[in-house]
Amino acid sequence: MADHAVSGLDARVHVAGRLDATVTAEPGQVVAVIGPNGAGKTTLLRALAGLTGLSGSVTVAGDSWTEPPRLVRDRQVGYVFQDQSLFPHLTALANVAFGPRARGIRRRDADATAQAWLDRLGVGELSGRRPGELSGGQAQRVAIARALATEPALLLLDEPFAGLDVGVATALRIELARHLADYPGVALLVTHDAIDALTLADRVVVLDGGRVAQEGTPQEVAARPRTDHVARLVGLNVLREGDVLRSFSPRAVTVSLHRPEGSARHRWRGVVLSAAPHGDAVRLLVSGEHELLADVTPAAAGELGLAPGREVWLSVKETAVQAYAAT
Amino acid sequence: MTARRTDTLGRPPLVLLVPAGLAAALLVLPLVSLVLDTPWATFLDRLGSREVGEALRLTAVASGATVVACLVLGTPLAWLLARVDFRGRAVLRAAVTVPLVLPPVVAGVALVTAMGRTGLLGPLLREGGVSLPYTTPAVVIAHTFVSMPFYVLSVEGAMRSAGERYDVVAATLGASRWTMFRRVTLPLAMPGVLAGAVLAWARSLGEFGATITFAGNYPGTTQTMPSLIYTTLQGDPEVARTLSMILLVASVAILAALRNRWLTTP
Repeated sequence: MADHAVSGLDARVHVAGRLDATVTAEPGQVVAVIGPNGAGKTTLLRALAGLTGLSGSVTVAGDSWTEPPRLVRDRQVGYVFQDQSLFPHLTALANVAFGPRARGIRRRDADATAQAWLDRLGVGELSGRRPGELSGGQAQRVAIARALATEPALLLLDEPFAGLDVGVATALRIELARHLADYPGVALLVTHDAIDALTLADRVVVLDGGRVAQEGTPQEVAARPRTDHVARLVGLNVLREGDVLRSFSPRAVTVSLHRPEGSARHRWRGVVLSAAPHGDAVRLLVSGEHELLADVTPAAAGELGLAPGREVWLSVKETAVQAYAAT
Repeated sequence: MTARRTDTLGRPPLVLLVPAGLAAALLVLPLVSLVLDTPWATFLDRLGSREVGEALRLTAVASGATVVACLVLGTPLAWLLARVDFRGRAVLRAAVTVPLVLPPVVAGVALVTAMGRTGLLGPLLREGGVSLPYTTPAVVIAHTFVSMPFYVLSVEGAMRSAGERYDVVAATLGASRWTMFRRVTLPLAMPGVLAGAVLAWARSLGEFGATITFAGNYPGTTQTMPSLIYTTLQGDPEVARTLSMILLVASVAILAALRNRWLTTP
């Protein structure tokens, strides 16, 4: 703790009724914050930026932001908002130059810095355009450039790929990975997408109901999810039995119309809720005692008539189940 | 007028058509007769007379100064009401609105009570060697008193509808409240600022009651166009009609300037 308290992020954030979480990170680390809607992800970012009052403590790069409390403008944050929030009356260049100018840098130098950041984000030739004349992906690049141009000690990204076309999001994700690798401070990335956590983050913090439900490397969290939300995100089935969690892949599930042989512990009866293409398989969501995912071949889906409403039996071999402690 | 969409719902009933026609006549007839009765042959000569020239100049100066006073003083007040949460904000907003509905003569009496020789601020002003009533500055004060509410409400509304979202973004980028106001809040509220300034200017142009009560009716120093019209109507109605025509043209010009904002039906 002593180490990152000195140079990274050490935050104990308590927002009455909404959030009670401790988040720490080393400098240069990217922390993905995931969790269902209303888990407190945006509240965490807003509290760190000083936009929402908190009790607790926030220390960034050795400076306390809470003792004494620092104004929003004196916290060195770069905040990429969910809806970009580019100033509609300013050009892309003036949007990015806003931060440096507000911090007292001369106009000419601020503009040069802004142009350099726009160039780095691949939108240098759009510097004269207003936000209304930019596509979603271009606007998000400008927003990221604007946040980075102030050289913040803490970078806060609130769902930077939300609302973008899949292709645009993929291209931007690859580029953001490069910029985050160069970025010396701590970055917090709120996301709904397991891909973001797995490709961009060094560590993952799972929030659930305003508390940290799980923390670890993306690989650990993906392999042994402790919440249904993360299990769904990474496409695993997770069952809780007391203090033990048992997870298995949807591909390991066998679907049949009649009660299968074998241990009662590994078979469940349920009704197909939905069936959708997933890679070269068909992924079923089956609701019974638990909600479970099962992958079947398109041929099997046709033969068994696996449409929503169909009653089925699911089973899984013991050898395909991974068991681990819940805490 | 060919058949429009409403005709498919039936003919407009007389019970609505008759009062609508009366209302339209009441509004349009006086203006038409003013245009028809204006002595156009002597229009330019009268416009050139010294008395009219002074009144025109004074009206221009007073309404111009009123707009400047609104911009300089009213904009910060609008910002305060829109952005700062303080005790008594609702009361202050209500107080700012009162001059909108106050009879102008009452406004004049209130101004005399506050800034007249024996008024609340009278001794203070006297000590500074200032006597306000019956001077041109008194005209500007009276005009500002009745015009400022239009301006403040327009700008406050624009600032509120632009929202605090961009102020928050500016703060995360390191902006002080002054920088935020200058570079974000004010530019985004600019349509409201322009509309408010035009409204204030129009209100100032026609101001009569508060001015004549607080500042009097002295040619050259406090006699504005409306005061001169009132004075000449008793002796020389032709001059009064000429002057009225000038103000009518100015008013229509304001309406034209604002038509995109209020006159286009959705």
